[in-house]
Amino acid sequence: MTLGEARPAPVREKPVVGRGTQVFAHLGLILFSLLATLPTGLIIMNSFKDRISIFARPFALPTPTTFTLEGYQTVATSANFALFFLNSLLVTLGSLALILLCSSMAAFALSEYRFRLNTLTGLYLSLGIMVPIRLGTVGILNLMVDLHLVNTLWALILVYTAQGIPLAVFVLTSFMRGVPRDLKEAARIDGAGEYRIYGLILPLIRPALGAVTAISMIPIWNDLWFPLILAPGEKTKTVVLGASAFLGQFVNDYNAVLAALTLAIVPVVVLYVIFSRQLVSGITGGALK
Amino acid sequence: MLQPPRRARRPFPWHIVVFLAPAVLIYTAVMIYPILASLWLSLQTQVEGGAERFAGLANYRRLLGSELYAQPLWNAVRNNLVFFAIHMLVQNPVGLLLAVLLSFRLRGAALYRTLLFTPTVLSVVIIGFAWKLILNPAWGVQRGLLEPLGLQALDQPWLGLPGSALPTLSLISVWQNIGIPMLLFLAALVRIPDELYEAARLDGAGGWRIFRSIQLPLILPTVGIVSVLTFVGNFNAFDLIYSVQGALAGPNFASDILGTLFYRTFFGYQLQSGDEYMGAAVAGVMLGIILTGLLLYLAAVQRRLTEVEL
Repeated sequence: MTLGEARPAPVREKPVVGRGTQVFAHLGLILFSLLATLPTGLIIMNSFKDRISIFARPFALPTPTTFTLEGYQTVATSANFALFFLNSLLVTLGSLALILLCSSMAAFALSEYRFRLNTLTGLYLSLGIMVPIRLGTVGILNLMVDLHLVNTLWALILVYTAQGIPLAVFVLTSFMRGVPRDLKEAARIDGAGEYRIYGLILPLIRPALGAVTAISMIPIWNDLWFPLILAPGEKTKTVVLGASAFLGQFVNDYNAVLAALTLAIVPVVVLYVIFSRQLVSGITGGALK
Repeated sequence: MLQPPRRARRPFPWHIVVFLAPAVLIYTAVMIYPILASLWLSLQTQVEGGAERFAGLANYRRLLGSELYAQPLWNAVRNNLVFFAIHMLVQNPVGLLLAVLLSFRLRGAALYRTLLFTPTVLSVVIIGFAWKLILNPAWGVQRGLLEPLGLQALDQPWLGLPGSALPTLSLISVWQNIGIPMLLFLAALVRIPDELYEAARLDGAGGWRIFRSIQLPLILPTVGIVSVLTFVGNFNAFDLIYSVQGALAGPNFASDILGTLFYRTFFGYQLQSGDEYMGAAVAGVMLGIILTGLLLYLAAVQRRLTEVEL
């Protein structure tokens, strides 16, 4: 089955089950949606309340009398969250740019040319989909020490690029195979070189690039392991590592802890809502080939 | 100038090398080489004076045989199996149920899907800390929820008791990750052709019958993929336990899994100093477990495929 066929039809289909089952299905979905969102909602809501009402009435909405930004002030004065955000942003964007560039080039070669090592290269690259990069941590740390990259953002960017390449190559190769041959042949007849043709193909697989971006982004932004090991310095901390250190330190200051949690939750949720469609197509398209 | 009669050998296709080189080089240098280097290191030892010496399987023998290492290792393996079992028994069936409900094409399905996947996009550090607060007896959230339901008996420090810490952490992880099996199952379900549903409707089949007779048999390959992903993810887990219970995976190592053991062995903790050779050996054991699981799965799939061909 090609990916084109797999797209859902644009018209809304009728539900596949009868009325009674529909009601039960809605009830079940509402219940689980509440279960999935309420804990996060509780944290965000209470971050705007004063300490007494956080404890006394955890489920009450903030009112004008209980509203306070005290926690946010503590966070602002005692942690370098702005710097941590910038670090996370640089690491995530840097890795994504490298993943997209390297993987789309490799996927283009694998899908376009027949050469002796084609299948073998594809298999070699897809090993990394199943074998976790974390198992190479000892080797990675030694490598980064040798390269003098410990406590630099480059160490993280390189690791996340290596981690992201296998799945990205896999997804992009299957998409590139779907691009019509005629197009590339026509370009060749017009005298376009191979690099130019690669440039022409990229805009055609934009949805796939979006999907790869969305699935690669989340594990990079959220990772704790490699920042902890490769870049724990105050200048190179990512948001997740910074938040984890801050939470440990302010464990009893509920206002500050809830505010820090909220600051770490909200940007990701906003990004997720924006990229939600690409994310879904990325996960589902990549996993089923 | 004479035309050559036939074009001789084609020029070497340098562009293929240029296209492949960046991905292959970064992947090899930062992933494959370190994993191999780490395995190689697990076969080394340091002799007095700091020089390295090849030690064969001595580190593995120490890991499996000496009291200092073997007891924590087996404890971590056991805990990891429980962690995995809870994911297989709760996360994947419930994920499947949610996917089936979403596949009924109800109004608002996209909204439900977005909401149900939200916990998955949040950092484990955040999730862990949020649940630590919610389950903290000092903050009355747990009590406030359980008392109105008459379930005061369930108001316990779940993360602090040795018997319940690991199941509680597993359920938090299930809560966070349930969106992944849900989406994978859903992707398989939306590919089921409409005619099958039409036929079922004409026969008057209800939701359960449609699931049993149409949906489940058609998504069995996805069940296999989801199980493998769960296995690899669980035997490589670290972040949640570390952020909730710290590197010591308390209480009293009740929630220690291979990831936290690896971290402690490599970096050390409290009085014990880190040992990169033994750390590499723990990573070697983890790699062995994960590869064994993958091979068993591939063998099973291979057999199924040949059976289908027959």
